[in-house]
Amino acid sequence: MSQLSRRPEHAVVGQALRHESAALHVTGRALYTDDLTPRTKDVLHAWPVQAPHAHASVLALRTGPAHDVPGVVRVLTADDVPGVNDAGTKGDEPLFPSEVCFYGHAVAWVLGETLEATRLGAAAVEVDYEPLPALVSVADAIAADSFQGARPTVARGDVEAGLARAAHTFSGTTEMAGQEHFYLETHASLATVEDDGRIFVQCSTQHPSETQEIVAHVLGLHSHEVTVQCLRMGGGFGGKEMQPHGYAAIAALGARLTGRPVRLRLNRTQDLTMSGKRHGFHATWRVGFAEDGRLEALEATLTSDGGWGLDLSEPVLARALCHVDNAYWIPDVRLTGRVSRTHKTSQTAFRGFGGPQGMLVLEDILGRCAPLLGIEPHELRRRNLYENGQHTPYGQVITQADRLVRAWDQVTESAELERRRAEVARFNSTHEHVRRGLAITPVKFGISFNFTAFNQAGALVHVYKDGSVLVNHGGTEMGQGLHTKMLQVAATSLGVPLERVRLAPTRTDKVPNTSATAASSGADLNGGAVKHACEQIRQRLDAVDAGRGLPWEELVRTAYLERVQLFAAGYYRTEGLDWDPSVMRGSPFKYFAHGVAATEVEVDGFTGAYRTRRVDIVHDVGDSLSPLVDLGQIEGGFVQGCGWLTLEDLRWDESDGEHRGRLLTRSASTYKLPSLSELPEELHVALLERAHEEGAVYGSKAVGEPPLMLAFSMREALRQACAAFGPAGTSVDLASPATPEAVYWALDAARSAAPERSGSPEPGAALVELSEA
Amino acid sequence: MTTTSHDARQGQTEAAPGLTVNGSPVDLEADGLTPHTTLLDLLRSRGLTGAKEGCAEGECGACAVLVARPSDPGHSEWVALNACLVPAAALDGQEVVTAEGLGTPDQLHPVQQALADRGGSQCGYCTPGFVCAMAAEYYRPRPDPADGFDLHALSGNLCRCTGYRPIRDAAEALGRPAPADPLAERRATPAPGPRHTDLRAAGARLVRPTDLAEATGLLGEHPDAVVLAGSTDLGVEVTLRGARPPLVVAVDRLPELRALEIGDDQITVGAALTLTEVERGLAGRVPLLAELFPQFASRLIRNAATLGGNLGTASPIGDAAPVLLALDASLVLAGPAGERVVPLADYFTGYRTTVRAAGELIREVRVPRPLATTTAFHKIAKRRFDDISSVAVAFALDVVDGSVARARIGLGGVAATPVRALATERALEGMPWTRESVSAAARVLAGEGTPMSDHRASERYRRAMLEQSLLKLHATTSGEAR
Repeated sequence: MSQLSRRPEHAVVGQALRHESAALHVTGRALYTDDLTPRTKDVLHAWPVQAPHAHASVLALRTGPAHDVPGVVRVLTADDVPGVNDAGTKGDEPLFPSEVCFYGHAVAWVLGETLEATRLGAAAVEVDYEPLPALVSVADAIAADSFQGARPTVARGDVEAGLARAAHTFSGTTEMAGQEHFYLETHASLATVEDDGRIFVQCSTQHPSETQEIVAHVLGLHSHEVTVQCLRMGGGFGGKEMQPHGYAAIAALGARLTGRPVRLRLNRTQDLTMSGKRHGFHATWRVGFAEDGRLEALEATLTSDGGWGLDLSEPVLARALCHVDNAYWIPDVRLTGRVSRTHKTSQTAFRGFGGPQGMLVLEDILGRCAPLLGIEPHELRRRNLYENGQHTPYGQVITQADRLVRAWDQVTESAELERRRAEVARFNSTHEHVRRGLAITPVKFGISFNFTAFNQAGALVHVYKDGSVLVNHGGTEMGQGLHTKMLQVAATSLGVPLERVRLAPTRTDKVPNTSATAASSGADLNGGAVKHACEQIRQRLDAVDAGRGLPWEELVRTAYLERVQLFAAGYYRTEGLDWDPSVMRGSPFKYFAHGVAATEVEVDGFTGAYRTRRVDIVHDVGDSLSPLVDLGQIEGGFVQGCGWLTLEDLRWDESDGEHRGRLLTRSASTYKLPSLSELPEELHVALLERAHEEGAVYGSKAVGEPPLMLAFSMREALRQACAAFGPAGTSVDLASPATPEAVYWALDAARSAAPERSGSPEPGAALVELSEA
Repeated sequence: MTTTSHDARQGQTEAAPGLTVNGSPVDLEADGLTPHTTLLDLLRSRGLTGAKEGCAEGECGACAVLVARPSDPGHSEWVALNACLVPAAALDGQEVVTAEGLGTPDQLHPVQQALADRGGSQCGYCTPGFVCAMAAEYYRPRPDPADGFDLHALSGNLCRCTGYRPIRDAAEALGRPAPADPLAERRATPAPGPRHTDLRAAGARLVRPTDLAEATGLLGEHPDAVVLAGSTDLGVEVTLRGARPPLVVAVDRLPELRALEIGDDQITVGAALTLTEVERGLAGRVPLLAELFPQFASRLIRNAATLGGNLGTASPIGDAAPVLLALDASLVLAGPAGERVVPLADYFTGYRTTVRAAGELIREVRVPRPLATTTAFHKIAKRRFDDISSVAVAFALDVVDGSVARARIGLGGVAATPVRALATERALEGMPWTRESVSAAARVLAGEGTPMSDHRASERYRRAMLEQSLLKLHATTSGEAR
């Protein structure tokens, strides 16, 4: 057992604790960035001037009329930028654009004494636009050959030979929508100027160091002149990994130019219309199966909807390609990816980071092909699960396939799938207008940033003379319970009770050069760093103690008097990573997280409306650092995944009218995320046992993203319920999201399948069987 | 016949405009406050951080607070409202409690304790709103011990982190308030009555008149005035669309608009009763309405929204109109010149326009009795709780001896106004209630209206749902709906 993963007896890690801020949350006292505004004197507010075109040139911009609005203090434009006019790291996201690239693009920002003044001021700014043709769908972009960034390929073996070898081959298209993060707290920044001109930005950001860098380059400052602090976020989900930087830069620029604090908080409509979302994907594929249903070969082209700028589209695409295999062995593979450039918000990170989109392609293939192969979907999936010693298409060896199988078998047994499948069949044979489906799907998700340099973290731990401990680390708290886990790690590694330890808000002047709190890696990386810092202090204290067994307070006091350093910087980097992005080969992941879910749904044949009767999950979090936190991540991820796959329905105006490219679902009343009514009636979650993770902090595993993809079980259950409206062997093509309307059309198509086709499976509409065995 | 009037008119006094928040007075004439300042903005400007803005349109519940409202005579109850929608000035004289007022980190309220212990908060941003919505249900008088926590109380609160399971468990594990609980005790004393208000600032004015005559008089004099009932529609116009009407007339507490009478020939419902009050007052006596209420927006909205408001805005996708059309309801319109009765079927004239004249208010809704024997309300939407209908269909049929003697069908979401499905009614009346004839009528129903394709649904789906709704009704009533 490695030093990092070894867990002492009576450890604080592993205890089921509530969120460290729970008492502040429930009493309304937890502070978020915008809660600081009424506590700050002389704050100016900011409001964007949003373009009413998806694509246009800005011919002229007249700010004068805005200044006539009482309360307007200043209008920020490109001319005001002392440094680099760019909100990103790729140089393709002008903070003040001369070319409007999506409907709602902010071309200027108004600062004012009140929000009302800025709103009216923004309406008064006069902008002359020359509208240009706009691409507002992936199909538009493909037709116009509009792409951006790298076009990577993951390949192994000879895919044509594999397809030729296969007993059954099919081809098809899979499309999936994106997803709005809908963190309850919209983007918010509050910038102030210090006495010497330094800038202090409080920001709801998952990546304070990068926010700091962008603010610095926009203002023409060095990093040591800009400090970014994140108290906590009201949700992030990836939406605050890259996207907050520009808003922070606007606030900082305004503060620098006016000398007053500037608050920029987007309202929901602004947030929805300006910030990036999960990438929608379009995929074309050819697949080959052996007679027994084993995958022989897969060839696929994945095209993501990148929106107007690169943002994180390239790494999202890389992760998508690295997850098409999900949990299945495919001998011959060729996967090609590209990022389309469209006139929409610049799509970005979202929990899973392309992994869900990649995996959906193969899960869709398996769900559609199972009936055509005459194999039960659960049997087809089980038969194709990885075995130890096999390699992923990009070359990483599989070492924990046994965990997948254990989770699969545990769900099968605890959820009584065999009995319930028979029950579902019986129910469906006796009900004309209502049908049920019961599906089981696996998840295998790689942990580590594909971008190897991000796999490092720092911490700064202070022990004060009274024995109290203050922990700083580079990770941010967005509700995922990272701070709770870090408190547990610190208490465990110092050997003190939890009450001795407090956490300070995340600040770039405490721990520098941090990575985004993303890729589920927060606890792995920062936990390693916190543990490292604490162990240095512990070693020094142990030397002072010299076996005497002094009580903690006395030991600390003694150490101080003996002039022993009571604080330490910790550092951690993930070992054993090996990734060559130029050829998309190697072992980019420290390990894989695993999970299996079984979901039963009931579908109303009159409307396509459905409800989730029961969900059973077994998920691998290693030896849990904090079981209540991990349970919350699993359940929350599952429901959020169900939202993406079945409910949340981003729509843009694709007409040729004057509002072409406008987001139609730009409010909470038009964009529906899961509410309490989407909670499964029964939900059973178990953590996989005997799951110690060698080489990760206290034997734990990352948990943030992987459970989202457990929601495939719901989509597949819906597909099976739709199929049950048709004759045996019906292949159902189900749109994503599978809204009640989409489910209705799927079941209607199944119902319309001619009865005489029963027993002789034929390809579905979009699915062509290329050859017969 | 039973009559209830929720507000006593006595007790209305002139005083400096203000309200209490967590027991402390808050001035409504302070700097920067206007008649359009929402309660949420007022709270936040005072440094109270519990109520959050998540959407500013009453969809997410992050801003939910508790307000003391009249209950049984001499008593009060705690009602949860979206603070983002209601103008602070409309709460002149009222008592507001926020999450901060329920408990402190050292002394959590039982609702707060339950949520915290069970992992009911992750990012915590939605949490104070859940706390308030949950507390309102916790304090709901429930004399019957078997009357458990109604999860619909949380239908207007969104959480993006937890997936809701720990929130559901926390709610269901709650007991009843202890007798000495201060908010429980507060229920035994009267809630503040409405107070005459006339607040002017920033070129706008909000008036809460004392009686109907004052209200219609004001509306008659000021054609640009807007009526505030539940503020669930006006609030969105103000927060999201920048509407700043110069005069707002708050009619939601007018006693003349708040009567509920259940007579032998008809049921009359005051236009300014909240939907929650109507639901409770009718107690299931109009099954079609009983089917509607749980599907109408969320509890947080139903605690504010009124039938008068839902019909006054004349939205083609309001869910009350199709039901009331099927019930053959009529409206009593009260104006400066007196009252008139208008059948609801004649009320709508076009997209968000009606026969209601300037100065006229909807005073009450009349539903004739006896009620039809076979009724159903089918709401087609993406989400089961708190969604807007793609299509809404309300059926009220009398099936006598196996034939349809009378049919009334109200539709929402298929035209510029709510409409009756007249052709379908004709196709059904006199026909046998069999699968064959119903299928024929269902095809007629599919052709009613002029449904569009939009982000909620395609035209094709809307038409299919019209057809399916009648087939489903038939299957349900004939016991075939398996």
